[in-house]
Amino acid sequence: MEKPLRIGVLAVQGNFREHAAMLRRLGAEPVEVRLPGELEGLDGLIVPGGESTAIGRLMALYGLDDAVQAFDRPIFGTCAGMIVLDRDHLGLGDYRVRRNAFGRQVASFEADLDLGDGEAPLRAVFIRAPWIEEVGPGVEILAEVDGHPVLARQGRLLVAAFHPELTDDTRIHELFLNQVREAAGVRA
Amino acid sequence: MAEYGTMRVKTGLAEMLKGGVIMDVVDAEQAKIAEASGAVAVMALERVPADIRAQGGVARMSDPEKIREIQEAVTIPVMAKCRIGHFVEAQILQALEVDYIDESEVLTPADLEHHVDKWQFTVPFVCGATNLGEALRRIAEGAAMIRTKGEAGTGDIVNAVTHMRAVFGHIRKLTAMAEEELYAEAKKLQAPYELVRWVAEHGRLPVVTFTAGGIATPADAALCMQLGADGVFVGSGIFKSGDPERRAKAIVEATTHFKDPEILARVSAGLGEPMVGISAASLDPSQLLETRGW
Repeated sequence: MEKPLRIGVLAVQGNFREHAAMLRRLGAEPVEVRLPGELEGLDGLIVPGGESTAIGRLMALYGLDDAVQAFDRPIFGTCAGMIVLDRDHLGLGDYRVRRNAFGRQVASFEADLDLGDGEAPLRAVFIRAPWIEEVGPGVEILAEVDGHPVLARQGRLLVAAFHPELTDDTRIHELFLNQVREAAGVRA
Repeated sequence: MAEYGTMRVKTGLAEMLKGGVIMDVVDAEQAKIAEASGAVAVMALERVPADIRAQGGVARMSDPEKIREIQEAVTIPVMAKCRIGHFVEAQILQALEVDYIDESEVLTPADLEHHVDKWQFTVPFVCGATNLGEALRRIAEGAAMIRTKGEAGTGDIVNAVTHMRAVFGHIRKLTAMAEEELYAEAKKLQAPYELVRWVAEHGRLPVVTFTAGGIATPADAALCMQLGADGVFVGSGIFKSGDPERRAKAIVEATTHFKDPEILARVSAGLGEPMVGISAASLDPSQLLETRGW
């Protein structure tokens, strides 16, 4: 049997448990990461939604900011995670994000998202969500809302402004796990 | 087509607050300290519970001007309290675009029988509960987040622990019950059967469950997390202490690393004076806030 992929889920704050549940459902093994040492031996990492200011501060306190910058495997960031990885924060992604771009909680929404894959649209949940304001040449935009990019890929990075872990649709996590498998294949 | 104010969108924000600390603040300056210390949200109110307790009188929704000032000062979610059953205060808070409304027993109740019909609002509500039946009644009325009540403004953790044990213990009992027993249990709980059955099947409440009331130290916060809370509200415990910023940071760290006693020992050291506590057991029953709500 194939060894399950071990995927870290940054667990300093936010809804990391739902990402872990999604990973388990797809046959991967989730590992909660609160300290830098816990990144060792992982095949990939998810930076979940939460409050980006709180997550950023808690990461810096224990050197997780440097450790994640040095982590060389695929990373998937959702909402706050997308913010944490951008040019203005950890600088791993060549894009800039506008926080709370859609507005306060009264403007939070769910909507169907066309992934351009010929499949049924994806029901996406946006909570005080950011959007991508500016991208560099290496960033591929996978989905938009009203002309604003909300799902993008850049090499080993995948970022979403919405919360695929809050629905039963597993497609975005599968997309990430495929990136992880490819990266692991290249290395092996 | 975009849909706003769905239950998934309402509970979704609470999901993002998990593992975090929500801090009571009375002005923009305190809100900035809370945000810089790592709070995931702030609760805007006129007086912290300890002052409400000391000064007495009728406690109401905050002045909208204060709430705006706090909204402008921070980028994290801003919550605000309305009185139990005061749906017009709730309408005003929704018009102000607060991110969550707390229908709170800390304020003086406006209705002795009915809570706000929370399904009528786009803004989500958090409500207090002392036991499972109360929590499920609030969820049936549309609450998208629950906090166990504790006894606000005392700095005494004992009631928060009692209420968490009551809610989580009762959930554990439900999971062991035979299906036919759930009907009678729903009657005893005075809660809808469908919700009781959902909880029995899933072993948890259908919404995020924080704890509140009496948290004054990093150890208190970690205790709540180890007992099963998804996160904590800290009211008077921070801004009524000797060094609010330092204590706020320590409580945030303790909430993340709640299972790591070495980190807890380090962050608990040298925090200065905690808030002056009142033993909840010494309070006259008429002084208790936790018994408000029905």
